[in-house]
Amino acid sequence: MIAQNFDYLTPVSLAEAFDLLNDPGAKVMAGGMSLIPMMKLRLAAPERVVDLRHVPGLNKIQQDGAMLRIGAMTTHHELESTPLVRAACPLLAQAAAAIGDVQVRNVGTIGGSIAHADPSADYPAALQALEAEIRIAHRGGERTVLAKDFFQDTFTTALEPNELIVEISVPLEAKCTGASYQKMLQPASGFAIVGIAARVSMDGGKVSMVRVGVTGLGGSSYRAANVEALLVGSEGSAADIGKAAAVVAEGIDANSDIHASAEYRAHLARVYTARALSAAIARAEAQ
Amino acid sequence: MATTITKLDTLVGRKIKRKEDPRLITGTATYVDDIQMPGMYHACIVRSPHAAAHIRGIETKAALELPGVVAVYTGADVKDVGPVPCGASLPGLRVPHHHILAQDRVYYVGHPVAVVVARDRYIARDAVDLIEVDFDPTDAVADPEKALAEGAPAVHPQWPDNIAFNYHQENGEVDKVFAEAEVVVKQRITSQRLIPCSMETRGVVADYRSGEKALTIYSSSQIPHLMRSLVAGMLGIPENKLRVVAPEVGGGFGCKLNVYAEEALMGFIAIRTGKPVKWIESRREHMQATIHGRGHVDYYEIAARRDGVITGIKLKLIQDLGSYHQLLTPVIPTLSVLMMPGLYRCKTVRADIVGVFTNCVPTDAYRGAGRPEATHGIERMVDILAAELKMDPVEIRLKNFIHSDEFPYATGTGLMYDSGDYTKPLKTALEMANYNELRAEQTKARAAGRYMGIGLSTYGEICAIGPSPATPAGGWESATVRVEPSGTVTVLTGIKPQGQGEETTFSQIAADELGVGFDDVVVMHGDTSVVQYGIGTFGSRATAIGGTAMYLAIQELKTKIKRFGAMLLDSDDVSYANGRCTCNKSGKSVSLAEIAGAAHRAMKLPANTEPGLVASNFWEPPNFTFPFGAHIVVTEIDKDTGAIEIRRYIAVDDCGKVINPLIVAGQVQGGVVQGLGQALYEHGIYDDSGQLLTGEFMDYAIPKASMSPNIEMASTETPTPVNPLRVKGVGEAATIGCSPAVVNSVVDALSPLGVRHLDMPLTSEKIWKVLQGGRA
Repeated sequence: MIAQNFDYLTPVSLAEAFDLLNDPGAKVMAGGMSLIPMMKLRLAAPERVVDLRHVPGLNKIQQDGAMLRIGAMTTHHELESTPLVRAACPLLAQAAAAIGDVQVRNVGTIGGSIAHADPSADYPAALQALEAEIRIAHRGGERTVLAKDFFQDTFTTALEPNELIVEISVPLEAKCTGASYQKMLQPASGFAIVGIAARVSMDGGKVSMVRVGVTGLGGSSYRAANVEALLVGSEGSAADIGKAAAVVAEGIDANSDIHASAEYRAHLARVYTARALSAAIARAEAQ
Repeated sequence: MATTITKLDTLVGRKIKRKEDPRLITGTATYVDDIQMPGMYHACIVRSPHAAAHIRGIETKAALELPGVVAVYTGADVKDVGPVPCGASLPGLRVPHHHILAQDRVYYVGHPVAVVVARDRYIARDAVDLIEVDFDPTDAVADPEKALAEGAPAVHPQWPDNIAFNYHQENGEVDKVFAEAEVVVKQRITSQRLIPCSMETRGVVADYRSGEKALTIYSSSQIPHLMRSLVAGMLGIPENKLRVVAPEVGGGFGCKLNVYAEEALMGFIAIRTGKPVKWIESRREHMQATIHGRGHVDYYEIAARRDGVITGIKLKLIQDLGSYHQLLTPVIPTLSVLMMPGLYRCKTVRADIVGVFTNCVPTDAYRGAGRPEATHGIERMVDILAAELKMDPVEIRLKNFIHSDEFPYATGTGLMYDSGDYTKPLKTALEMANYNELRAEQTKARAAGRYMGIGLSTYGEICAIGPSPATPAGGWESATVRVEPSGTVTVLTGIKPQGQGEETTFSQIAADELGVGFDDVVVMHGDTSVVQYGIGTFGSRATAIGGTAMYLAIQELKTKIKRFGAMLLDSDDVSYANGRCTCNKSGKSVSLAEIAGAAHRAMKLPANTEPGLVASNFWEPPNFTFPFGAHIVVTEIDKDTGAIEIRRYIAVDDCGKVINPLIVAGQVQGGVVQGLGQALYEHGIYDDSGQLLTGEFMDYAIPKASMSPNIEMASTETPTPVNPLRVKGVGEAATIGCSPAVVNSVVDALSPLGVRHLDMPLTSEKIWKVLQGGRA
């Protein structure tokens, strides 16, 4: 498990990082929890690894009006343990806490994870449900992409080769909103066989807002708008939830591997959607 | 300065913290990879990506041109080295010549084809990618039953039926018993391939001193002495010119009870280059090229009376051997046959083993080695019989147990069980579980549509392996015990711990026997130039056999101590206790340190007594030992997902006299978790083309701490008459007891759906599919 020879570079500014990445042999590292194993297995062999850990300003967690702004280099551990995140955006804290193990959470970052876009990663479900905005910088400018447009396919995102994720923005949860991330673990890797993120607002005994994000089922994470449409306006009863959850896998080409067949994954998506919705509604009602 | 303090408390039987642990948990232990030598080369191995292929050619030029590469060796260079030894001798056994590097064909994914030697390990690894092997892939077969089918690809072309051996064993009138049986139950039961995942992978350093013509091999091994004998033969060097050192070994579980190609290969490189060379196995190599465990397909039949008494057992055992025989490969299923009656009185047995070649890495000993498979089989069959007869699984076991007054008990498979009281751990476990209340709760749960299961296993095992006539390479063990001039005690043992903790348990025994402090005893092992010949650590043998050898050496030593003590006290009537020799008449005494000083200074010697204080013992055990126990597992199935929750795990083990309850508890916990791995998660999966699909920890699921249940533990103590320490062994016990208890519990949970058997691993999806079928 020895990687090919590579140069290890640690830029101290975004500008320097862009300079270094202006090289087809360079690969950015933002924690390395996926990149390093791929390099050790020689599935990836970059000539230069550009580690962003010393670029200032990329690991802040800040409240900005109704949004929570999270630097791309924020670790999973910081997201699961920071009181502001736990209070203002519990869904993100739950998804972070569900990742891998302690060692991975101490080193891995949200920016690195979403740029890698593993189809079984935990964050994408939460970011889809949160309608997160992903701020992407390039030399001399930046753009913002919504989660639904960012995650495109297996290991494929809207990120261009000369771009870096700098920040992820999620809304502060309103009162009367509950959220839940539920996953079935793949027992070897700890990735999600299926993971479902749900946010629900209750108003006057009715579901006034619902968002459902799905990971692990297909080639990419997605927002299950069909589930949301069936549930919004309902009382959020078990029957309502069941009816809505039943459609979560519709139209999705489910993954199949030695850990779960497509049929089982689709079934789990329905079960976990119902569970995440139930938990989210219970939390919303407890507010 | 010796601290031969007067000891009042004995240490045996007490929870003593392990003296090994500080160095292990502070990262200061010395493993093979910690060994550094001036000018040392590093080796990296080119392995086959194909399960079966001809090698048309190997192009090494580009690798040799890489700066820092010293040499590349291929099969042609080492065709006269070896073969990799098989220690088994079964009648008619077909043994393929196992070269240390592939010659013109490869037989499994991971098969070593060439080796690069370079100045550092990074260059060596890079150079591996520059070697071009022209493979011509051929059809492969990776499943033992498919390998037996007509027209299957031949793993070894000279044996187109893929059969390495047939083995038959029988006792009693089997056909008659089955013909007359009131009830017969049959079941196909698999014990899937498992990948032993020791925390430390294998590793070898070889160092050749050309002046002395002396080779030293450092290897992460459970059997350094046997390795010395065998590798010397492979390399054609005198055994007394080879030193093997097994330094700290980070787990073995049987996968290091072996001699591999790499040990001889590194020896060859060191001799050829004149420089020390290191090879450290990567995790992926470990999963591909170190032995696997289990790999059974078993067809069981049980004959019984309607009252539940078992009258006959038949087993057809198909053993997936893989492509070659490693050290003990063909022997392992014969251990299953020995163990097939379990704890039950039935002596009418018939077993037929078919050993089958497949294009996979060889199987061999893995924690339990043949006994988990057998115990899983019989404990599943007893439950299947109980279900057939609508009997409680406890009742049927009590009805068939060998009674405590029947020992020693001759089994139908040729064993003599030493001692046992099988109801004792079962009753303890039932009380801990509150069994009757659990059954009542289960009735209510079922009425509410829940799937709650209660499963048990009452297991036995063959430990203290073993008497020499029953083992391929000697089953005795050795010890030398020295009292140093200062009065401290050094024990040299022929065993080779890999984490079991014998430095602690042996220190407890020696400290008690010699009346010295626990910290005054040093236990040394694993270096063939330091320790007299020994056999090693495997088969739950180290304390029962190695500990006994030490105990007996100490008894001889005490005689000598008393002779020196009598001389110093000018008495002919002395006793030795608590580290002091005392004149029984005057009450005057001398300490062990004073005696040791006198024995080494040797100003004066007792009659017919040599200077120094040292004694050795090579102990041949008269029998195996047979520990036993009872595990109870309470499960609940998530009926939406099929996920299994282990609600309670109760383990009551009887391993004879307990030396250190902390170590026994550790062995039981680790053993249970390893058993859970097989029951619920682990499966070394090869696809039909022989590709290993579970070649890394991202895909091969060993249980982690977060997946391990709380284990409620207790011990009963039924001493063995086989050795003076009265110990039986516990290293493999809980692994053996675990998997049938878990599967029995899950099958019990699903029995309302008509489920009678499920093969491991019990993945959530497998259970979900059963639930789907049950609903349909």
